[in-house]
Amino acid sequence: MSDSSTAAAHQHGSEHAPFLRHHFESMEQQKDATNFAMWLFLLTEVMFFGGLFTVYMIYRNWYYEAFVAASHQLSVTLGGVNSCVLITSSFTMALAVWCAERKKKAAVVALLVATFLMGVLFLGIKGVEYREKFAKHHFPGTTYSMEAFTNPASDAEATEAGDKPLPQAVAERTELFFSLYFAMTGLHLLHMLIGMGLLLYMVFRAQSGAYTGGHFSYLEYFGFYWHFVDIVWIFLFPLLYLINRH
Amino acid sequence: MNDATIVNLPDQATAKIPRDNYITRENGILSWLLTQDHKRIGILYLISMTFFFFIGGALAGLIRLELLTPQSDLMAADTYNKVFTMHGVVMIFFFLVPSVPGALGNFFLPMMIGAKDLALPKMNLASWYMYMIGGILTLWAMITGGVDTGWTFTTPLSTHYVNTNVITTGLAIFVAGFSSIFTGLNFIVTIHKMRAPGMTWFRLPLFVWANYAASILMVLGTPVLGIAIVLVALERTFGIGVFDPTKGGDPLLFQHLFWFYSHPAVYIMILPGMGVISEVISTFSRKRVFGYTAVAFSSVAIAVFGFFVWAHHMFIMGISSYAVLVFSLLTMLVAVPSAIKIFNWAFTLYKGSITFETPMLYAFGFMGLFTIGGMTGVFLGVAGTDIHLTETYFIVAHFHFVMVGGMLMAFLAGIHFWWPKMTGRMYPEKISQLAAVITFIGFNFTFFPQFILGTLGMPRRYASYPAEFQVLNVLSTAGATILGVGYLLPILYLLWSLRYGKIAGDNPWQATGLEWQTQSPPLTENFAVMPIVDHEAYDYEWLEQKTAQQKEAANVR
Repeated sequence: MSDSSTAAAHQHGSEHAPFLRHHFESMEQQKDATNFAMWLFLLTEVMFFGGLFTVYMIYRNWYYEAFVAASHQLSVTLGGVNSCVLITSSFTMALAVWCAERKKKAAVVALLVATFLMGVLFLGIKGVEYREKFAKHHFPGTTYSMEAFTNPASDAEATEAGDKPLPQAVAERTELFFSLYFAMTGLHLLHMLIGMGLLLYMVFRAQSGAYTGGHFSYLEYFGFYWHFVDIVWIFLFPLLYLINRH
Repeated sequence: MNDATIVNLPDQATAKIPRDNYITRENGILSWLLTQDHKRIGILYLISMTFFFFIGGALAGLIRLELLTPQSDLMAADTYNKVFTMHGVVMIFFFLVPSVPGALGNFFLPMMIGAKDLALPKMNLASWYMYMIGGILTLWAMITGGVDTGWTFTTPLSTHYVNTNVITTGLAIFVAGFSSIFTGLNFIVTIHKMRAPGMTWFRLPLFVWANYAASILMVLGTPVLGIAIVLVALERTFGIGVFDPTKGGDPLLFQHLFWFYSHPAVYIMILPGMGVISEVISTFSRKRVFGYTAVAFSSVAIAVFGFFVWAHHMFIMGISSYAVLVFSLLTMLVAVPSAIKIFNWAFTLYKGSITFETPMLYAFGFMGLFTIGGMTGVFLGVAGTDIHLTETYFIVAHFHFVMVGGMLMAFLAGIHFWWPKMTGRMYPEKISQLAAVITFIGFNFTFFPQFILGTLGMPRRYASYPAEFQVLNVLSTAGATILGVGYLLPILYLLWSLRYGKIAGDNPWQATGLEWQTQSPPLTENFAVMPIVDHEAYDYEWLEQKTAQQKEAANVR
């Protein structure tokens, strides 16, 4: 290729920034590109959960009465506490990024551990909720029980919410609510688990100073992911727990 | 245009294969399997998708062989169901969707915009591994009993009435979806952030525009297919009931989710092929693509409209007549940007200096067959005729005209067009022209009779058929044999050319694209110096003047 065909503006070699991947021209370009890629990835996640939310919204409109009664079985207290736990974990995550920018290694490690523990707490509380559902036979399948909806007097939560007995045909649709409840919270949980796996990995990396040397993109983009998972929960909580509660 | 931009036109007679290139830079199997070079990953894709293409092709051969006679005699009806399902799954998810983006896009998109690599090389490698895992899982599902739902996994058939490897195949497609998302995401980021100085949006080659549009569809559509598959798997394992009418679910909802991806998916398949055709037509008519901006925006328009037509797959499934009306109208709209492309290619040919090298022959094949495929699509977009035709061989013929006559022709055009750049050697011209003609003839014999069969009412998806349809089916099977020869030939002579082909030189087609301005095969970092772009794409008029001046100067001297 003749030299005149391309004016050589690019100087390669000694002044290569330490964190610059070989195929980028500048740190700025690298940051722009990877940042954009992360947002696009989150867009695919929005489409993924979007499909599920669409399914939910359709059935909620069709079987509103059954969905209201079924949602009374969920504990707003536990769900609310869990929302606070997740929001706090997002806050500690954001702080970790802030500290990485200021090269405070010990703080980054501590904040990542705190974020991880917050995740554990969320899973614990979620586990308690799941156990209640299993105990009451509200897990969809052959053992599913409609007792709480056909005869609300027999059930503490239903009585407390002042539910009226539902006709058999309507009560049957509560199973669909719990199917969606488990599918949606389950997929959210899967995202939490993936995130917590990455958090553990990052705790070890952070201890060896990986994010406090001036290059913390990985940490920052993981933060995007963690906030996204948080936001999914922020949508799930009112959709599942707060139907018709004023 | 100024003289700073000189298109590289070296003498082919004295060309040598440069000692340092992306193939010779590193050796050993690991240097290929762990590579982050977009060109090597493109080659990995090319090899593996050729493998899957021949598996899918062998299954197609079995289908045509069974349909030679009216009775179900070569295989039982159940086996036939499994064979056509696997043909669909393998061809769509492991050949058509990744074909041009995976092989040609990976290889050439960064070169065309003057970048050293895609923005995310590791993710690019991961996409190939996802593709392979998905492909191997599919083969595993096929070997251990197969799946017989058709590639569409229609509920409640897939959730309640079959006991075959639905979940394994679903998982395979889910994993392959990641491959598609990674590729699309990588392309979008690369096109936005990695263009060389001076490479503005409206100087991008149309191949890049087409891949950009397809990438948008990959990124937005594939996750919805993902959730549809997850819900089918949950339905099968836990009986969650979202698609089960006995529990209040709606099987039609699955169709909505599935086709929300799978209709745009046909544009994921065809758009990159259209990009190839733009490059080829322009190069071999020595003219700038007529209406560059219109062709560029028609790609984006196809991507956008493509998201609002999915329900035309469901006209006979009981959606409301108002929905039918709206989706029928929207479907007609897609014909507009597709026609813009065809007309603009035709006008590019007008007064061009046309030559008939192999890529150009395939491109002509594409234009004719895609036009027929597209126009028969209008029959299916109109609800009235669709009700008669949709479950017949008419739709099989329509889809294969677009996908095999369109996309596969475009893929072969692209492979031949860029083969000199990828390998440094020319394919043998005469025999490959013959192969292109054989493919065209074989294709028409195979699929044109199916239009007639469809209008006569022969239903699709059956291993047996009434005896009166036999003549046309025999014709179709005979055509498929010719088509098979047309596909085997390129494999043979392209492999031959790796060793014995004429040395191509940097720019055998005297083309203006950036990928031709570097050595063949290219360096690992693509360009020795960062290119600066100061001219429009496809500026062949300028190139012609330039070469004329040079000749004149030489004569004077």
